[in-house]
Amino acid sequence: MTPYRDSGGSEPAKRGKATRSRTSAPAAASAETSAAASAETSARAAAQTPAPPVDASSAGSRTHTNPSAPATTPVSDKEPAPAKAPAPANGSVKTPKRAAGNGSVPGPAPEPAMGNGSASGPEPAVGNGSASGRARKPGRTTKRAKAPAPAEEPGAADGTTLAPEPAKAGADVWDQRVAGLLSAVRQRLTGDYEVDEFGFDRQLTESVFLPLLRPLYRRWFRVETIGAQHLPTHGPALVVANHSGTVGLDALMLSVAVHDEHLSHRHLRLLGADFVFRMPGLSELARKYGSTLACNPDAERLLRGGELIGVFPEGFKGIGKAFAERYKLQRFGRGGFVSAALRTGTPIIPVSIVGAEEIYPLIGNIRPVARLLGLPYFPVTPTFPWLGPLGLIPLPSKWLIEFGEPIPTADLMDSADDPMVVFNLADQVRETIQQTLYRLLERRPDAFS
Amino acid sequence: MSFPKVVLVTGVARHLGAQVAARLAADPRIGRVVGIDAATPAGEAARLLADVEVRRVDLSSPEIAWLLADTGAEAVAHMAIVTAVDHQSGGRGAMKDLNIIGTMQLLAACQQAPALRKIVVRSSTAAYGASFSDPAVFTEDTEPREVPRGGYARDVLDIEGYVRSFRRRRPDVVATVLRFAPFIGPRADTRLTRYFALPVVPTVLGRDPRLQFLHVEDAFEVLCRSIVERHPGTYNVAGPGVLTLNQAIRRAGRIAVPVVEPGLSAVAAYARRSGLVDFSLDQLDLFVHGRVVDISRLVAEYGFEPRPTAVAFDEFVRGKGRGPLSPDRIRGAERRVLQAIRKARS
Repeated sequence: MTPYRDSGGSEPAKRGKATRSRTSAPAAASAETSAAASAETSARAAAQTPAPPVDASSAGSRTHTNPSAPATTPVSDKEPAPAKAPAPANGSVKTPKRAAGNGSVPGPAPEPAMGNGSASGPEPAVGNGSASGRARKPGRTTKRAKAPAPAEEPGAADGTTLAPEPAKAGADVWDQRVAGLLSAVRQRLTGDYEVDEFGFDRQLTESVFLPLLRPLYRRWFRVETIGAQHLPTHGPALVVANHSGTVGLDALMLSVAVHDEHLSHRHLRLLGADFVFRMPGLSELARKYGSTLACNPDAERLLRGGELIGVFPEGFKGIGKAFAERYKLQRFGRGGFVSAALRTGTPIIPVSIVGAEEIYPLIGNIRPVARLLGLPYFPVTPTFPWLGPLGLIPLPSKWLIEFGEPIPTADLMDSADDPMVVFNLADQVRETIQQTLYRLLERRPDAFS
Repeated sequence: MSFPKVVLVTGVARHLGAQVAARLAADPRIGRVVGIDAATPAGEAARLLADVEVRRVDLSSPEIAWLLADTGAEAVAHMAIVTAVDHQSGGRGAMKDLNIIGTMQLLAACQQAPALRKIVVRSSTAAYGASFSDPAVFTEDTEPREVPRGGYARDVLDIEGYVRSFRRRRPDVVATVLRFAPFIGPRADTRLTRYFALPVVPTVLGRDPRLQFLHVEDAFEVLCRSIVERHPGTYNVAGPGVLTLNQAIRRAGRIAVPVVEPGLSAVAAYARRSGLVDFSLDQLDLFVHGRVVDISRLVAEYGFEPRPTAVAFDEFVRGKGRGPLSPDRIRGAERRVLQAIRKARS
């Protein structure tokens, strides 16, 4: 209940501000924003709540964007890698946590045979003794090796755990990498890997899917996350987010955020529409990535198994809405996600994603083609289908993902079948997400900054 | 707990029925085992049934009622359920006769048998169907979204319906329905095992269904426990864990050949005509969407957990021999590539 009251107090004023700043104020230069953000971070860390009113009255829209820059990511938009190294000095909350995660998590290490003492799970083949490996041949880092690089920086800095690594790995890093890669390939070819009952292939996800998505997440959309500490380190939680962007890229980015930005590197199990599981190819990939059908039996089963699940109650109404309606939350389905949470007593974490609306601005829908292909809609964007395959490239908007405070449901477990309680809770979640969206939009005056 | 003195086992001319009858006959807690079938057991079934009293009874004739009264059977294990169309003997019509009419006759006779205390019916997880709109894991309470396409799956649903109404009419009889996952084992010979033994294994492009198998030995174990012990209700019986189809094919050392979905029925029809493998429609659906069941009710009630799907499959592979891509060869290739790279770099 607290998060709702929190935001409720200051929201109406902010909403007005949000619309005004988006229309009237021209784009605040990104460099300026980030510089100001990092300068203010220390002040913000000390006094969090009293800040906004002061700023709002004293300065224009640009300064107003800064205070809501919380103490988590004072990272510059342009180059995440170098910015993360100085971050600890800034007194940021997030970076030390990442460092701890890197140094101490002894490996989500799903690859028993090839995890050669590496602390970074995702890249089994290349991740051995990465600190030394990169130091030696910075020019030769492959695409796969690049992804973990920024995350490794703080780990190496504080790394007591990584210290013995370089000496051992120093012998022949590349030989070990090649051997690790080959043994991984052998495991795949002989079927020597594990898949859970939903079809989730942890090895494939951590060594192929996530490394492929990471450049998109870090470089293309420059995703910033806020409040990732609200995710539980273990045990179930229901992550509820807004859905947008014509194709469901926001779901993928959210799962990368959950995995990478939280110290326990958990996998977000996404719940998808039955359309996803009807399509050949897509259904196979979705299952291997850990998704399953959005239905109550599956949701409750995952939650009882202590998993973190991600739902998008807007469904196709959300991702298929026109660009003109961006950041207006659609109806929240039938509230099935709330009853799943209530039945299992799982906390609900509202998540607001800003940025996905602009990647494929939907300006039209060719219904006959959609019906012919069996799609929910056939999108027309400024680039698609006019530019052919080029139109499939998402526009590089700037993304912000804010994890809200968990809403506990354990005390409401008895009212899972009470429609009034379910509707109210769904409404509360929806309101929280909508208000946070407005607040985040203020922080990001320009969609492509 | 009182153990049944006389047990009737149907379908003993087939491997499953013969095995169950033989095991029950070997159990000292069981007094007498009577095996019935319309056909005379031959080959291995006959060898297994050496200690079993076998009667030739056609289930679709009223003779069965007389036999039940005559033997005073206290328990019936209904195994006479045909899973696949046999084109040599009557095709789908004969299969339906045996499955549906046979079960109806048997249950009608059971209703009249005052001594009867227990009935165990073989069913299948095919009853759940397979489609994209189903939950990932079926529990015993999951209702199928739509009637499955295959003949066998439809038969199984009908049979379970008859058992339900039998339960209402004879609440004093313990009725156990066992939904088995596809059987597999080192010596099992089913359509599925023949499929995995094909030179190249056809799969569906863009699909990697989740499959579960049950080791036949575990199936016998669960069936015998159901007769000896008391477990009313419906149970899923499958090996815990999951193998995807491609994973299974790789573990068998075989080569998968993806076929596009629209042409699937045509390929299946060709395979049937050429006598390679016979696929029913529900198996096609299984190879597109997969099927996984929850066995926690079985484990809690029986205190028995079948061996994992992966273990059962590996035993099957060891029994049948691996295909061309055996792990040893792949390991050898890996070593050669690694050495080549080392040589090139030094």
